[in-house]
Amino acid sequence: MKRRTALKAAVAASAIVWAGAAFAADPIIVGAVAPKTGGLAGGSVVTHWPNIQLWAGEVNARGGLNVGGEMRLVEVIEYDDQTNPAETIKAITRLATQDNADIILAPYSTGLNIAAAPIMDKLGFPQITSTAATDQVGELSKQFPNMYFLLGSSSALANGAVNVMAEMRDKGEIGSRIAMVNVADAFGIELAAVAKPSFEAAGFEIVYETSYPLGTQDLSPIMKAAKAAEPDAFVAWSYPPDTFGLTEQAMIEDLNVKVFYTAVATAFPAYSAVFGPAAEGVMGIGGVNNGSADFLDYAARHEAATGQKPDYWASGMMYASLQILEQSIEASGTLDMAVINQYIKDHSFETVMGTIDFDENNNNASYWTVGQWQGGEFRGIASTGRDGAVAPVLKNGWK
Amino acid sequence: MDIIITGLLLGGTYALIATGLNLQYGVARIMNLANGEMLVVGGFTAFALYTGAGISPVLTLFIVAPIAYALNWAIYRVMLRPLVKRAKSRGMLEQESILTTFGLSFTMVGLMLWIFGGSYFKYSFLARPFVLFGDNYGLNRIVAFLCAVIICGVLYLWLNHSRAGMAIRAVAVSPESARLVGIDVPKLSAHAFAIGGAVTAMGGAVISTFLTLDASTGVIFTMKALIIVIMGGVGDIRGTIIAALILGVGETLVASLINPGLTLAAAYGMFILILLFRPQGLFGRKPT
Repeated sequence: MKRRTALKAAVAASAIVWAGAAFAADPIIVGAVAPKTGGLAGGSVVTHWPNIQLWAGEVNARGGLNVGGEMRLVEVIEYDDQTNPAETIKAITRLATQDNADIILAPYSTGLNIAAAPIMDKLGFPQITSTAATDQVGELSKQFPNMYFLLGSSSALANGAVNVMAEMRDKGEIGSRIAMVNVADAFGIELAAVAKPSFEAAGFEIVYETSYPLGTQDLSPIMKAAKAAEPDAFVAWSYPPDTFGLTEQAMIEDLNVKVFYTAVATAFPAYSAVFGPAAEGVMGIGGVNNGSADFLDYAARHEAATGQKPDYWASGMMYASLQILEQSIEASGTLDMAVINQYIKDHSFETVMGTIDFDENNNNASYWTVGQWQGGEFRGIASTGRDGAVAPVLKNGWK
Repeated sequence: MDIIITGLLLGGTYALIATGLNLQYGVARIMNLANGEMLVVGGFTAFALYTGAGISPVLTLFIVAPIAYALNWAIYRVMLRPLVKRAKSRGMLEQESILTTFGLSFTMVGLMLWIFGGSYFKYSFLARPFVLFGDNYGLNRIVAFLCAVIICGVLYLWLNHSRAGMAIRAVAVSPESARLVGIDVPKLSAHAFAIGGAVTAMGGAVISTFLTLDASTGVIFTMKALIIVIMGGVGDIRGTIIAALILGVGETLVASLINPGLTLAAAYGMFILILLFRPQGLFGRKPT
């Protein structure tokens, strides 16, 4: 589905305001492919699409991007890939051949980004992924030298959670009994496989462990069994529907744990909107520095431009990926992708998530791994080298 | 004990998902693949009214039902009636209605995306423990089960103890003979299709109190409903209800005693067993 008309109108409107240099130059065609339907649409409309809308609006309000002294507006062409890798590849090809896109943005999620890597590499576009968490960063960046990673590795995300709990246990705040469940999908299986030996190596005892299929309609048997195992901490490598479902079941069963951790969607603003005060103390994957003025300013602009708050994990990284592109284009003064790629590798970038400097594997080595709902905000409590972490608190009931 | 109750609660949910499809398929002969989308529409309405105006999802049922009835009646008249008219055999009607409603499901997903956006819809309604025989159950699931009992019960009584219900059953058994005894088959089929849609949308409103929905989740419910309707026997409400309860208890038994990862396998395993040994479904009639 193509949504060109509305954007064209917006471009035309800003062109009138910014008459002069902007009139003469052709717009920069920015291609965007991500789910609007299918299994991952619920995540991408929170994390991915609003940032593109925000960024394009801001750039055009400024009069466009400065490419070698010429101010050029951006025109975004959007395609829905239906959460289907084959459609992602088709849409990228179409953007390059039919729409003559000057830039194509990285798609959404780990799976779709890996599926798109060969075609993005062949076309030479930088693929700055902000929603891909994988342990194959080294292999992927070797094979696809223009693929960059902002969100971190799945091992670090899982081990971040293990370390937070190990520290709490060493302080005597929690015991060592862990109940761990995961969604039977690539993401959940990979993180559970990393976390299990890490928990055991850290001296934890896994008293309940299971997996459940994606789309399970009744999670109460799982929560009943987990409760019966009397854990001190509950950990779920979960996807959005089950993150909500498991939390609700924990409230119903009155699961009495000191640490309650769920993965994807815990950092969504909707999580606290749904559960209110019961969300207090829940830990989840991701996190941001809520004390950073840059982030707070970004969050306010995001809400003003799109009518919704950014999530407290990958949203900021998605926006950062657009800032990196913008800074590279303006600083190198060209749309030649080979030059842009070299610029990205050689420089560091100031973004809403702090300074980002890719290492030799095109990896952003500092990112948030664990956050926690504290006082109505999801705050980062552990990272691999970001500033602004707050201390974790104990989960205290579900009222 | 708690396994049985949890299973029955889940079975009640499944009955809500499948009863509407049974009416549509059993009586109107429309294999409605957009059934799940109608359910999500009901859920979204409940979400919008609860978060926007604070209207309880239970009250929403009374708003959703007439609207969904009218909507489904219109769908039947505009989209499906021409197919019924030109179909030369039941097989041909099934084939064409599957294709048409498959298309309809995409249209509905598109419309919902346009109106509601693609994000997840979840709200907290009665997410409180309810103690029964010393175990905790979600109060929202108990309420959903009671709604299922009431909706299915009323439907069953109406079908079996009213004149209109008897006429509908007659159409389910044999549309040709029903015509001979003076039953207006086209009108009743539209009626049955619309009631089926209304029941499904009410089910969606109830289910939204404890499940997370998004515009694309409909297909999951369509699949479940298909399994249950075929297991229970086409055109028989009792069969659907019993198949839903069996499926609910069966899945919960497997999840609690063996492994939650095997619930899907268990559901399809039961489905295959019934297809092998009773291809017409639990309460279905053998084709003559």
